[in-house]
Amino acid sequence: MSKTKIVGQSVHRKDAARKVTGRILHVGNIEMPGLLQVAVLRSPYPHARIIGIQKSRAEAMEGVVLVLTGAEIAAMPDVDPYFGPAFKDQPILAIDRVLHVGDPVVAVVAVDRRRAEDALELIEVDYEPLPVVLDVLEAAKSGSPLVHQEFKPAGVFADLDHMEAGEKSNVCYHFKLRTGDVEAAFREADRIFEDTFTSPPAQHMPMEPHVTLVYLDEDEKVNVWTATQSPSFVRTQLSTTLGLPMNRIRVRVPYLGGGYGAKLYGKLEPLVALLALETRRPVRYALSREEEFQTITKHGAVARLKTAVKDGVITGRRCEVFFDTGAYADIGPRIVHKSGYTSAGPYRIPNVRIDSFCVYTNKPPAGAFRGFGVPQVIWAYESQMDIISRELDIDPVQFRMHHALEEGEPFATGTPVHSFGLKESLEQAAEAIEWSGPRPQNNATKVRGKGIASGVKAVLTPSISGAVVMMNSDGSVNVLSSTVEMGQGSDTVLAQIAAEELGVCFDQVHLVQPDTDVTPYDTITAGSRSTYHMGNAVRMASMKIKAQLFGVAARALEANLEDLVARDGRIFVSGSQESGMSMRDVFLAKFGSLGTTIIGEAIFEPRAIPTDPETGRSEKCTEYWFPSASAAEVEVDLETGQVKVVKFLSVGDTGTAINPRHCHQQLLGAAITQLGMTLFEEMVFEEGQLLNGSLLDYQIPSVKDLPEHFESILVEVPHETGPFGAKGVGETGTLTVSPAIANAIEDATGVRIRDLPITPEKILRGLAEKDPKPGRAEVPQ
Amino acid sequence: MKQEVLLRVNGRDEKLFLEDADTLLEALRDHLQLWSVREGCGVGACGTCTVLLDGRPVSACFILASRVKGREITTVEGLGKEGALHPVQEAFIEQRALQCGYCTPGFVLTVKALLEENPSPTRAAAAEYLEGNLCRCGCYPDILRAVEAAKEAKD
Repeated sequence: MSKTKIVGQSVHRKDAARKVTGRILHVGNIEMPGLLQVAVLRSPYPHARIIGIQKSRAEAMEGVVLVLTGAEIAAMPDVDPYFGPAFKDQPILAIDRVLHVGDPVVAVVAVDRRRAEDALELIEVDYEPLPVVLDVLEAAKSGSPLVHQEFKPAGVFADLDHMEAGEKSNVCYHFKLRTGDVEAAFREADRIFEDTFTSPPAQHMPMEPHVTLVYLDEDEKVNVWTATQSPSFVRTQLSTTLGLPMNRIRVRVPYLGGGYGAKLYGKLEPLVALLALETRRPVRYALSREEEFQTITKHGAVARLKTAVKDGVITGRRCEVFFDTGAYADIGPRIVHKSGYTSAGPYRIPNVRIDSFCVYTNKPPAGAFRGFGVPQVIWAYESQMDIISRELDIDPVQFRMHHALEEGEPFATGTPVHSFGLKESLEQAAEAIEWSGPRPQNNATKVRGKGIASGVKAVLTPSISGAVVMMNSDGSVNVLSSTVEMGQGSDTVLAQIAAEELGVCFDQVHLVQPDTDVTPYDTITAGSRSTYHMGNAVRMASMKIKAQLFGVAARALEANLEDLVARDGRIFVSGSQESGMSMRDVFLAKFGSLGTTIIGEAIFEPRAIPTDPETGRSEKCTEYWFPSASAAEVEVDLETGQVKVVKFLSVGDTGTAINPRHCHQQLLGAAITQLGMTLFEEMVFEEGQLLNGSLLDYQIPSVKDLPEHFESILVEVPHETGPFGAKGVGETGTLTVSPAIANAIEDATGVRIRDLPITPEKILRGLAEKDPKPGRAEVPQ
Repeated sequence: MKQEVLLRVNGRDEKLFLEDADTLLEALRDHLQLWSVREGCGVGACGTCTVLLDGRPVSACFILASRVKGREITTVEGLGKEGALHPVQEAFIEQRALQCGYCTPGFVLTVKALLEENPSPTRAAAAEYLEGNLCRCGCYPDILRAVEAAKEAKD
């Protein structure tokens, strides 16, 4: 491949100046005459029947325009009162029952937010409490209280075709993988290791909470401005919800104040669209931070691993993973499928049996979160890799290297792996932490240790990205893409790809922000898929423009097509001293007129072979893999149990880095979030009530939580079909953080923590159990 | 009950009609359309709505507008002169100290205040001062580099 000019350069973000001045557009900044605001009355019970709602006093309040209940929505002709990406299980407002604390019950629309909130206090709802199920393992058992009496598939996404309607169970999806004979492996094993690892529900915490604005334009079209990562899906959802053709709904997305998976699929949009249609006025609903906690969470999970070892080699592994998807499935089933099939690890294990379950409970719904369930399973298998290697007295890095899959070898699903920089990532992580170097020094009360972990995630497949690229007669370019710029830098990377392919300057490429009237379908902005999928679509569309430009230039320059190159906004014969033609000249030669445009469009839609419903096997379950490794050095205070991460390295196989500096930023940013998830983040529930549902009580990492040494390393194993060899990187840095730290803590203290987050209390308890000494300080339970 | 409140914002006197319960955040956004001031938590815990009050960073969501009459309020809209960016803003761009950018105005103002109080903070001192501003994209390493760069620009 010839050397690239813009791809591979760490050009600056397109949106940086607008962000440091605060001028960037967010949904919260949009002004509109007569704009109304929303407040929502939410359930105080984790599970209850709604007996009656009295709302007339609220309706009579000055400034209140509308008070709406779920029963009224259910009675509306043409409106589908239920929504959801996997199952249609979530009512726009609760209809007859509430299923978690914070479930929306009554919506008030008023002239301002304060009046809407005041009106909530005038609404009375009578509830009859119902039996509650909160624990994921209890919920999965037959005979436990049912969250849903039945569930029906939404039928929107091709990769969720295998969702089945069901009833009389809280398990709404069960993924199975069967490779080899795992029972025989256990019979023949020298050693069997059984461990259970847990991860709690947690918060995405985008600094911008969910916000949606809907108005009807002069053509009565439903116009939606919303902070979503999935504009195309939102349009489809609203079309179903409202019973309107897709071209009567326009979804636009400005810049997002963070997403991390929280802003996927339908969230506030069905409700706000109905409120705008009912009031015939513009309506905005901006969630408070407290409501954010009740709207979407990261899946809590319990993973049980049973691993057979013979002659120092893993011969079989059984994984049972229970994902707590809360009261509504959201995208839980896809998480259970995609992370489920990776839960035995990226290792050569001949006999594997995996069962992963998507389980309803009476908690707030859980959905996609940066890493998509994979950090929860890597937490399990990478903790156990260390437990086994320590027990067998084998070096943990060597133990992983021995089992790590290599190019072309089959994953547990049977899919051969390609562009699989797992071993390289492990080697780089080990070298950077000086794995074979001397042990770190301890002192009397503080001990140090090192840990390492590796793992892999597979990109969602199949999925679809469409792009339209439009070149104007001055050589400037508009890229029409539904990829949402939420901080990850997609505007910049896609512009780099278009500029490289078209041979124009980076500054000449402008990204048109998602607008379903204008930008083509894209599955989602999530799952580390945009650089690869939308990048390929933009590149293919650019190639079509280039073909037209070259056709004109070849005639004008009397040159062969294959000798032409485009660079710096000009087209010329490769190797010739002639300056060739400017884009303007080409347009004049083609059209004889300025102001004209050439358009290229492309749809990139890599396919998968669906995993077999009984064996989970597929010759191609994913388009690409992104391996990760982390290395940590920790210092543990034996008196307080405090963990300080002294040194942390995040290593990721990104394929060719389109913008290396931004890849580093993705790896480190993801790692910081996951440091929080590892050491302190947890939504704490008591009888279904969230105890820490505000930023006063729920802590996320601040600048003071940064490790002293904190670096990232890119392993660039080019992907054959990636745009210029690129893969994705948004989630890579989350994958292996937690087990690397837990492994370092065991190295330092001998204490093995199996339940996230790793709090000082758990470490002190572990130290006390390991070495019970009279007189040791009381350990809180 | 609405009352007339005189606020001094970005060097201008602004006469607003506010309710007693209106926060400074509401006054700046809803009445003056200063969109850089954004609510992140509503309880003064995330720093996203940071403004400078007589040069010191405060959370605008947690202060009643009527309590800061006549005091000097600065938002990022008030930074920079004649269209040029403030050196702290330049440093944030140069060091790529942002991703989604939602928290960025709060960080820029806090760093400006830090460097005015302490023109040459250590990394630890900078981290201490910035602890109340949260960035979920995790740009902290880049933000600390931006502090260094802005510090040098001032030298």
